[in-house]
Amino acid sequence: MKILRLAFKNLLRYKRRTLLTGLLIGVGVVAVIVFVGLSDAFKGAITGQITDSMLSHLQVHRKGYTASIDNLPLDRMLPAKAYAKLADMLAGDPAVEAFSPRIKFGAMLSNYAQTTNVRLNGVDPAREQAAAPLLASRIKDRTRDDAILAPGEVVLPEILAKGMDLKAGDTVVLVANNKDGSVNGMTFVVAGMVESLMGPGGRDGYMHIDDAAALLRMAETEISEVAVRVKHSEDVDAVAGRLQETLAPMKNQAGQPMFEVHTWKQLSPFFNVVRMIDLMTLGVQTILIAVVLISVLNVMMMSVYERVREIGTLAAMGTTPGRIMGLFVAEGFSLGLVSALSGAIVGIGILWVLNLSGVEVAFGGAGQVFTLEPAVSLGQVASAALIVVGISVLASLQPAAKAARLVPVDALRHI
Amino acid sequence: MDIVTFDNVSKIYQMGQVAVAALQEVTFAIPKGAFTALIGPSGSGKTTALNLIGCLDSPTRGEVTVAGQAVSRLDRRSGAEFRGRHLGFVFQDFNLLPVLTVYENVEYPLLMIRDQPKAQRRPAVERVLAAVGMADQAQKYPAQLSGGQKQRVAVARALVGTPDLVLADEPTANLDSHTAFLVIELMKQMRDAFGTTFVFSTHDPRIMEHAELTFRMEDGRLTNNGAAPPEEAIR
Ligand SMILES: Nc1ncnc2c1ncn2[C@@H]1O[C@H](COP(=O)(O)OP(=O)(O)OP(=O)(O)O)[C@@H](O)[C@H]1O
Ligand SMILES: [Mg+2]
Repeated sequence: MKILRLAFKNLLRYKRRTLLTGLLIGVGVVAVIVFVGLSDAFKGAITGQITDSMLSHLQVHRKGYTASIDNLPLDRMLPAKAYAKLADMLAGDPAVEAFSPRIKFGAMLSNYAQTTNVRLNGVDPAREQAAAPLLASRIKDRTRDDAILAPGEVVLPEILAKGMDLKAGDTVVLVANNKDGSVNGMTFVVAGMVESLMGPGGRDGYMHIDDAAALLRMAETEISEVAVRVKHSEDVDAVAGRLQETLAPMKNQAGQPMFEVHTWKQLSPFFNVVRMIDLMTLGVQTILIAVVLISVLNVMMMSVYERVREIGTLAAMGTTPGRIMGLFVAEGFSLGLVSALSGAIVGIGILWVLNLSGVEVAFGGAGQVFTLEPAVSLGQVASAALIVVGISVLASLQPAAKAARLVPVDALRHI
Repeated sequence: MDIVTFDNVSKIYQMGQVAVAALQEVTFAIPKGAFTALIGPSGSGKTTALNLIGCLDSPTRGEVTVAGQAVSRLDRRSGAEFRGRHLGFVFQDFNLLPVLTVYENVEYPLLMIRDQPKAQRRPAVERVLAAVGMADQAQKYPAQLSGGQKQRVAVARALVGTPDLVLADEPTANLDSHTAFLVIELMKQMRDAFGTTFVFSTHDPRIMEHAELTFRMEDGRLTNNGAAPPEEAIR
C-alpha cells in the first residue's frame, strides 16, 4: 500500500508523460471493448439470422446426404420408421426446443408461359416456424397471418418469382421427378415470396410437407432432413454430440450408421465469417498488448534513467534492492491499472451510447437491415483490464530490475 | 569504544591499464560520539573512505568495521540492511525526494526501510523535525525550501532512525558560508542531543574548525592520525 502510494506520487511527477501514456493505453482498452462489443453483437446477429431463419441450430440427415446435398438426392432419405425413432428421441431431449422434418427436392416451376427449376422444402408450417422462427419475417406478401403457408400453397424464392412475374395469389404448376424417375405435376397457389439468404438453402422455396409427399408420390413419407433448434444456442455442440452418440448405434441393414448430425457451424459458410471476426478480435487484442508493452516499457525506462541519483539515494539510505524493484513495478502496475479502469469505463460508456442510438447493419444480398445491440460481459471487460495490468507489470520488470541493480556509489555520482 | 576502524585498508581503482590507489594502507579509528572531519585536497580519497565506512563500496585490501561489525564483504542486500539499521546519510546535493513533503521525506527511512507502524513513526519524525527547527515547514515540498532548509531536512532524515553513525560527504559545499556554518552547528547540536557519531568531509577551513577530530588525507594516505583541527583552521 505504501509502495503504491509512493508509486502514484512518482507517476504524477511527470504529469504530461503519464497522462499521454495512460491515454494511449486507455484508448487501446476502449478500442478493444468497443470492438468486442460490436463484433460480438454482429456475430450474434448473423448467427441468429442464419440459424433462426433457415438452418436452425443443427440438422440430422441420413448418412451421406449432406455430401450430395446440392443434388437434393431422393434416394438418401430417412425412411418413416427411422424418422419416427429420431422424432421420439428429439421430443424427449429437454435441451431441444423444436424440430422440423423437411422434404427437400427439385422441381420444375411453370406459370403456363415459362418454366424454370426451383428447389423446394416440404415442411410442416407450424414445426418449421418453431425451428426457424425468423422464416416468417423473410416472406413478403404473405397471404396468411397465422401460418407461413397452408396445404395447396407454395412460397417461392423472391428472385425467381420476380423473374417469372409471379405474385401472391397466382397459380403455378410444379412438376417433379420422383425416386423412380416418373413424373408428377400439381397446381399450387403462391402464398408469398421468400427473401434470399446466402448459404445453402438460402434460395429455396417452401410448401406443405404433405403436398411434397403427394407430389413425389411417396407411399410413406420419407424425410430429407430434420432441422433442430436447441433452447440455448451455446449448447449446440453439446446437444449435437449427445445426439451423435445416441444415434451412432443405429445401423442400417448393411451395418452402416444410419444418421449424420451437423451443426450450423459445419453447414454454413458464415461460420468462417464468425471465425474471422474472432481472429480480428484476437488481432486487436494483440495490438493492445503491444501498445501497453511498448509504452509502459518506454515510460518506465525513462523513469529509471531520469531518477538514477534518486535511486542511488534510496539505496544508500538502506532501501533493499527488492524494495526498489517493487517501487518501480508498482509504478507500472498503477499506470496500467488506472489506464485500464478509465478505458473500461469509457468503453462501456461508448457501448451504452451506441446501444441507445442503435447501430444498423445491412447484411446479405437482400439488404436486410438489423440493429445491433453491442454489449460486453463483465468478464470480457475484466479480462481486458487484467491483461493490460499484467502486461504493464511485465513491461516494468526489466526497468525495475535495472533500478534495483544500480550500484549506489555510481548512481549517486550520476549527473 | 570505536565505532569505525580501518585496518590497513587499501582501495585501488583499476582504470584499464592504470591502477589508481584511492586509499593506501590506511589505519585509523573513530571513537563513538566523535564529531569527525575528513579533510584534504581534491582527489585525496575522502569520498572513497566515506564510501567504505558507509558500506557502499568494498576495500581492495584490509578490514573495515562499523558499529562492531566487519563490513568489508557484505553483499548488496545485507549492505542495504546494515545501512538501514546503523547509518544515516547527508549528501552534498541534499537528495530529498521531490515528490514527498518534508514530513514524508523524513518519514521515508522509518516507513520504507524500517517498516515501522505509524504510531511509532509519527513521534520520531516530529521529534527530529523539531530538533532541526523544521517542524513548521513539515508540509512543504523540497522545491519550496532554501538550500540550508533542505540540508536541515536531510539531517533530520539521517537522524530519524537514531543511527549509530551519520556520514556526510561535503554537506556544506553547496551552501553559502553562513548557512554552511549553521548546518554544521546543527549537526553538532544533534550529536549532543542524540549522541550520534558524525563523520563529514570538507574542503572549507571554517567548517573544519568545528570538528573535534580531524583526519587529514593526501594521495590516499593519512597524514595525521586523528588530531584536533589543524592550525590553519583555528586561525
Ligand atoms: N570510481 C572510480 N574509478 C576510478 N577512480 C576513482 C573512482 N573514484 C575515485 N577515484 C579516484 O580515486 C582518488 C580519490 O578520489 P576521492 O573521490 O575519494 O577523492 P576526494 O578526496 O573525495 O576528492 P574531492 O575532494 O574532489 O571530492 C582520485 O584520484 C579519484 O580520481
Ligand atoms: Mg569527494
